[in-house]
Amino acid sequence: MKSIVHMRVNGIAREEAVADNLLLLDYLRDVLHLTGTKQGCDGGECGACTVLVDGRPRLACLTLATRVPGSEVETIESLARNGRLSRLQQAFHEKLGTQCGYCTPGMIMAAEALLRTNATPTEQEIRAALAGNLCRCTGYAKIIESVQAACAPQTEGAQP
Amino acid sequence: MKPIKHKGAGQRIPLVDGIEKVTGRARYTADLFAPEAYVGRIFRSPYAHAEIIRVDVSAALALPGVIAIVTGEDCDLPYGVLPIAQNEFPLARDKVRYVGEPIAAVAAVDDTTAAQALKLIRLEVRELPNYVEPKDARAQGAVLLHANRADNLERAVHHEFGDVAAGFAAAELVREETYHCAEVSHAQMEPHAVMAEYDAERDHLTMHTVSQVPYYTHLTLARCLKMDAARIRVIKPFVGGGFGARVEVLNFEIICGLLARAARGTVRMRLSREETFLTHRGRPQSDIRVRLGMKRDGRFTACEMEMVQRGGAYGGYGIVTILYAGALLNGIYDIPAVKYDGYRVYTNTPPCGAMRGHGTVNTRHAFETLLDAMAQELGLDPIDVRRTNLLQAPTETINGLKVLSYGLPQCLDAAERASGWRERHGRLPKGRGLGIGCSHFVSGSAKPIHFTGQPHATIILKLDFDGGITILSGAPDVGQGCSTILTQAVVEVLGVDYSRVRIIANDSVITPKDNGAYSSRITFMVGNAAVNAAENLKAILVDAAARQLQVTSEQVNCMGEQYCVHGDPDRAVTFSEVVAEALKGTGTITAKGTFTCPVEFQGGKHKGAAVGSTMGFSYSATVVEVSVDEELGTIKVEKIWTAMDCGFAINPLSVEGQIHGSVWMGMGQALCEETRYENGRHIAASLLEYHVPTILDSPPIETHIVESIDPNGPFGAKEVSEGSVASVPPAIVAAVENAIGIRLTELPLTPERVLKALAARDRRQARELRAQPVHQHGVA
Repeated sequence: MKSIVHMRVNGIAREEAVADNLLLLDYLRDVLHLTGTKQGCDGGECGACTVLVDGRPRLACLTLATRVPGSEVETIESLARNGRLSRLQQAFHEKLGTQCGYCTPGMIMAAEALLRTNATPTEQEIRAALAGNLCRCTGYAKIIESVQAACAPQTEGAQP
Repeated sequence: MKPIKHKGAGQRIPLVDGIEKVTGRARYTADLFAPEAYVGRIFRSPYAHAEIIRVDVSAALALPGVIAIVTGEDCDLPYGVLPIAQNEFPLARDKVRYVGEPIAAVAAVDDTTAAQALKLIRLEVRELPNYVEPKDARAQGAVLLHANRADNLERAVHHEFGDVAAGFAAAELVREETYHCAEVSHAQMEPHAVMAEYDAERDHLTMHTVSQVPYYTHLTLARCLKMDAARIRVIKPFVGGGFGARVEVLNFEIICGLLARAARGTVRMRLSREETFLTHRGRPQSDIRVRLGMKRDGRFTACEMEMVQRGGAYGGYGIVTILYAGALLNGIYDIPAVKYDGYRVYTNTPPCGAMRGHGTVNTRHAFETLLDAMAQELGLDPIDVRRTNLLQAPTETINGLKVLSYGLPQCLDAAERASGWRERHGRLPKGRGLGIGCSHFVSGSAKPIHFTGQPHATIILKLDFDGGITILSGAPDVGQGCSTILTQAVVEVLGVDYSRVRIIANDSVITPKDNGAYSSRITFMVGNAAVNAAENLKAILVDAAARQLQVTSEQVNCMGEQYCVHGDPDRAVTFSEVVAEALKGTGTITAKGTFTCPVEFQGGKHKGAAVGSTMGFSYSATVVEVSVDEELGTIKVEKIWTAMDCGFAINPLSVEGQIHGSVWMGMGQALCEETRYENGRHIAASLLEYHVPTILDSPPIETHIVESIDPNGPFGAKEVSEGSVASVPPAIVAAVENAIGIRLTELPLTPERVLKALAARDRRQARELRAQPVHQHGVA
């Protein structure tokens, strides 16, 4: 069975007939070719597919595309503005919050959701917000540093 | 070579491919756009050990939408990373030897059809007894997994160096203990994926894959598909981590090649997380007995170790792993006599392989843990005991390993100071403790796996009309950052701006062959090749500048973006002008650089001596602080301090990141990581069941970089990605002992194991209390 789905993805209105069992993850990756969102597990274990749905972090691998009608979906591809990195992206880049990069999109989207509701989180709040996102490269040390750096008074050149 | 600390070496720069990673633009294998691709899926064995009687794919092949099916009949040549131990087929032929072993594979128009087709494959077998534990596989009368390996023993190693009997006779304290380390898995974040495009008109195969060793993939595809290697092209896109999981060719890569050729088109495979776990190649379960002799002052007199590794169903790197585990008893401390007996056993479990700290982690764990216990018994500080046994570098070990640069003493000092060891060790409140562990690792295996007579590393630089320098590299960046390090090396030698330099890596039709990302070889070996290539390019540019400046080449001073006359900086030409001159008459310039480990570094003369040989060992000392909850049996690592001798930090930011990841992975092995099998079935093949530490479990990690400036490393650099893993598990066990007075001998230190040990302690104490004589008081 297919349903017509309306949603906005990264600011662009979408209206599409999608299979009722199509995951949001597969819709983003296979239909829209937004491959920044990653699949790291067989469902709900790693956080690599974290996207924002109406501003809240959501695992795209546990979300049916048809179950977010009328929503605003944001992926990693939406963060850079005017071709420049967002503050979180800049911080993850400069502080080596990314090594292999595979968990990075999900990690940054989870951090993005946190910073939108809490501009100056404590280290504990950062840890709590990223608790569902696994990373196998960094030991999380520079991920925490990166999020903290993104909250620090703005550095020159970076976009808000 | 001394560091120049110009623009490249020693600079804290972000990854050259970091922007792609933080924007989601980085394309990993599963992200490649290929609307034409068929979906490939693998039919896997549900049996742990069985003879295959029949594989019937006729019903599956008849399913509409199925394009091709391949089985064991499609490849009759075994493969394996070691030319001397190739006993694996991409698709099982006569037998299956572990649950999950590939038997057939389907290419279909979509995933649903492929999944349906798998259900139509009929497998008829005669089941055989299966063995998960080495003792069962080695028992008398056990059915052999491989007919040519008696007792299911893949390899037994017996090495003895120095006079072991005399060493133990001279000891004033001899202790023996057994340790068990569970099997662990890499669990890199990117599940396995591959895409193969077969061009039927040209008989060409192009493969995009998640490999750390695209060159070995290339060779193996040529072998198993019986194709001329020149018809094959292997490309490594962005790779989401490896840690050793991808340092040998993996069955799905060959299968995808076979499928694409059978389908006469493009086939892509995205393995599930469960399949990624089943493909395995992790660190083997190890049972270790170690015996150590010491003088009263802590000086080692002799060491004896017996190691049994559960290798899984096929050879893979097994022989190397079991040799490493013995060889690397040496090269860190001065031990006059060492005996090693290693046994690598075939079992009906997924094949083990190389994992970060290949071969050394469990050896080091056992050794350091016993060292710590004996220091305690002698009333000696464990750091002092290590100081008592330091090597005097430069030296050669009793098993023929050369140690030229040796920063372990400085690592001990730094870890001791940073952790406040002197003030705090033994003085923390109950339930809290400090422990220390040390380790080392090779900067590339000095002898390559394949003897080709070729250099061990090659780099090509291309300089063209635009003044841009392109580094062509075969070294696979899998997140460890080698593309960044090679860029820094080239920038350092040439002094040019980073904006001129780009790197293209891992496309076999463009880039030079490279052995791959394993044994921590790239910074040292490929780094040296990059330095050599840049020096060769620089010589061409200096000659061109000399012509322009009308002086001799010796009088030219290379300033990077400009070249001037020595002592007369005003007589200068710009880099662009030099390039224009250099290109006259020759056009595009390519400069090649190579590196080869001299033969005197390739180990001693005994059998297996090449394993463990290297031009430079890294050294690490780690102090861990833990708190233990005796009610719950939980261990919390509060903080880790690691000091590491990486020779020279070409990129201190990257060095920190590598140390972080490395010690954290050691912590995972120590605390929670463990594969588990039930009747041969992997019951922890998910990230929910196979526990890797989350951000909530992960402590602050303080790093201290020690720079011993290796005489042969590029700018003095050695490896940094693997060496510190092994220092962590023994440090944690020591810290737990320090906290609760119990020395655990089995990894991981799960709450179950901690509670069991605590209960045993309580029973022991109760028994001792009951056994005490009752004192009579007040008798008149």
